[in-house]
Amino acid sequence: MNQTTQQVEKVIQQRYKAGFFTDIESDQIRAGLDEEVIAMISAKKNEPVWMLEWRLKAFHHWQTMTGPNWAHLKIPGIDFQKIHYYAAPKQKNRPKSLDDVDPKLLETFDKLGVPLHERARLAGVAVDAVFDSVSVGTTFQKELKEAGVIFCSFSEAVQDHPELIREYLGSVVPYTDNYFAALNSAVFSDGSFVYIPKGTRCPMELSTYFRINARDTGQFERTLIIAEPGSHVSYLEGCTAPMRDENQLHAAVVELVALEKAQIKYSTVQNWYPGDENGKGGIYNFVTKRGDCRGDDSRISWTQVETGSAITWKYPSCILRGDRSAGEFYSVALTHNHQQADTGTKMIHLGKNTTSKVISKGISAGKSNNSYRGLVRMARRADNARNYTQCDSLLIGKTCGAHTFPYIESSNATAKIEHEATTSRIGDDQLFYCRARGLGEEDAVAMIVDGFCKEVFKELPMEFAVEAKALLEISLEGAVG
Amino acid sequence: MLKINNLHVAIGDTEIIKGLDLEVGSGELHAIMGPNGSGKSTLGYALAGREGYEITAGSIEFEGQDLTELEPEERAAAGLFLAFQYPVEIPGVNNAYFLRSALNAQRKARGEEEIDSITFLKTVRESLNSLKMDEALLKRAVNEGFSGGEKKRNEIVQMAVLQPKLAVLDETDSGLDIDALKLVAEGINAQRNAQRSFVVITHYQRLLDYLAPDHVHVLSDGRIVESGGQELSERLEAEGYSFLEAESEA
Repeated sequence: MNQTTQQVEKVIQQRYKAGFFTDIESDQIRAGLDEEVIAMISAKKNEPVWMLEWRLKAFHHWQTMTGPNWAHLKIPGIDFQKIHYYAAPKQKNRPKSLDDVDPKLLETFDKLGVPLHERARLAGVAVDAVFDSVSVGTTFQKELKEAGVIFCSFSEAVQDHPELIREYLGSVVPYTDNYFAALNSAVFSDGSFVYIPKGTRCPMELSTYFRINARDTGQFERTLIIAEPGSHVSYLEGCTAPMRDENQLHAAVVELVALEKAQIKYSTVQNWYPGDENGKGGIYNFVTKRGDCRGDDSRISWTQVETGSAITWKYPSCILRGDRSAGEFYSVALTHNHQQADTGTKMIHLGKNTTSKVISKGISAGKSNNSYRGLVRMARRADNARNYTQCDSLLIGKTCGAHTFPYIESSNATAKIEHEATTSRIGDDQLFYCRARGLGEEDAVAMIVDGFCKEVFKELPMEFAVEAKALLEISLEGAVG
Repeated sequence: MLKINNLHVAIGDTEIIKGLDLEVGSGELHAIMGPNGSGKSTLGYALAGREGYEITAGSIEFEGQDLTELEPEERAAAGLFLAFQYPVEIPGVNNAYFLRSALNAQRKARGEEEIDSITFLKTVRESLNSLKMDEALLKRAVNEGFSGGEKKRNEIVQMAVLQPKLAVLDETDSGLDIDALKLVAEGINAQRNAQRSFVVITHYQRLLDYLAPDHVHVLSDGRIVESGGQELSERLEAEGYSFLEAESEA
């Protein structure tokens, strides 16, 4: 390894700051996966019968399936009978307001930089905080209600808005979709629900912060966002977990529905524990995210910054059903040590004059493997549909891998598809050029990486852009050697 | 200002500079000429502290300080500037942001206050205008999509903003058309004063016609084999480097 690589490595090897564990009594359902466990989860949540029936149908379907093996990933066997599918911090009653929430939980989210209590909460951002299998609280409920916006935990939505859940649940990602979506449909515990009424511009950013805490537990959340005609919402998602030697499973499903002229912007900063420098521990992240541009002139935009997880398997996608609907995917995925990421998107053009844009930035360091996998499909009816894909990889060091797997299927001769891909390496020459101008080596690496990711960062809401930059650029403390 | 004594520089196992002596006083402009492969660029990189350019013997003293002990960024802060023969592209990094960060990093290292953006922009704009460069270049990424000539002129803009004590210009004239060459030469001359020194590495007499160097040195096989005034460069232009061989054989 040359010296440049070592310098860069040093900068990349930040300490995982969210790796602490909250010592709190947990109400856990026994490990294992069977009908009884699913019925127990459903009972804990006091669910109506139709919900339990749906879960069981999903479970029976899952039993007929096998895990995906087509990704450029080495996936160790997962023993689904050893996982706890439900863990919740013990509290006597469902807290009526944030004042009733266990101070230990509030403190946890404080430490993660997501304060929930009134005096410190983030201005202009409503937060739903999910701890293991349950939502512990949602801020700005009153303000949102006044605007007619529903933003609550998924469990609450099942109780309070069953008609919406029945209409939309599984309508974008059916439980038959894939192995992990079926698993999630059977055992999902909590997540967020968002409903934006017709013509409403959501008055603030909505965000959910997911935290895995309990040992041997998986997190299986479900998020559903419905944007009625002419509405507009920006939603952010963040995630962390303690540092542990064993792997933990996270299998989420996110469904977005944008009706006529509605716009949904969905941003993720994913910082699950990635495992240590020898590849021990870390989260297995198998996520199905899909948006349905159901109405004409609707728009769905995915932005993701992926820095965590031992394994990432994730393809936030858009179904461009409405005419002139638009889908966007902006992604930065950073892998180091032994991390593996196979991530990308699917843009399914069904409507006429639909457009999609894909900007993917992969950064690989250490012994990691980083793959972009993207599908662009132009259906027969998709006259004049257009796609632009740009896919750039940045390599740090000589032991990592970057791969690009584009899939293009066009059944319409008027459709236009553009694909550009580049691979580059942080060069000695770039680093030396910066240093010769007076910049320290860490500042130089940060600046080069930041420049590489610029097109994606500018899509993130302000608060997240800062966090994402900090995550990637890395606080330079302790990296000076 | 700069004292190089018996300098030996190796890249890997290959010795490139084999005992070079050079002394540059305050306010002086020295030109270094020499055939390809004689070690001119190696000298520039060794002065700026590039990794892999190992100093195996000799010393470099800059304002009484041992330069070889400093990191590249420390050398920059101490007042050394290298204009690159091939300026490097840094995609996505705004040119103005890059330059201002560099300037402030240097100022911070020297214990000076950071420069405010208004003063900074004023300085940059002046240098851009004097080099007839479009201000839009400030908003573009560092050297990305710049023409060869724009890259070279951008180096001179950086020099004008960073205000070094010693500037080493590595073939800043190569690849420039006559008009651009004149602008670059004027840009260099505008920066000359009694405190600032220059080492100009070039292949061509043309640039030196504008700069009128105080000293001209000929580098061959890692050593300075001939020193003189401007007349030396004129002779090289007329006769090529072959006369050196003729002299050494004589």
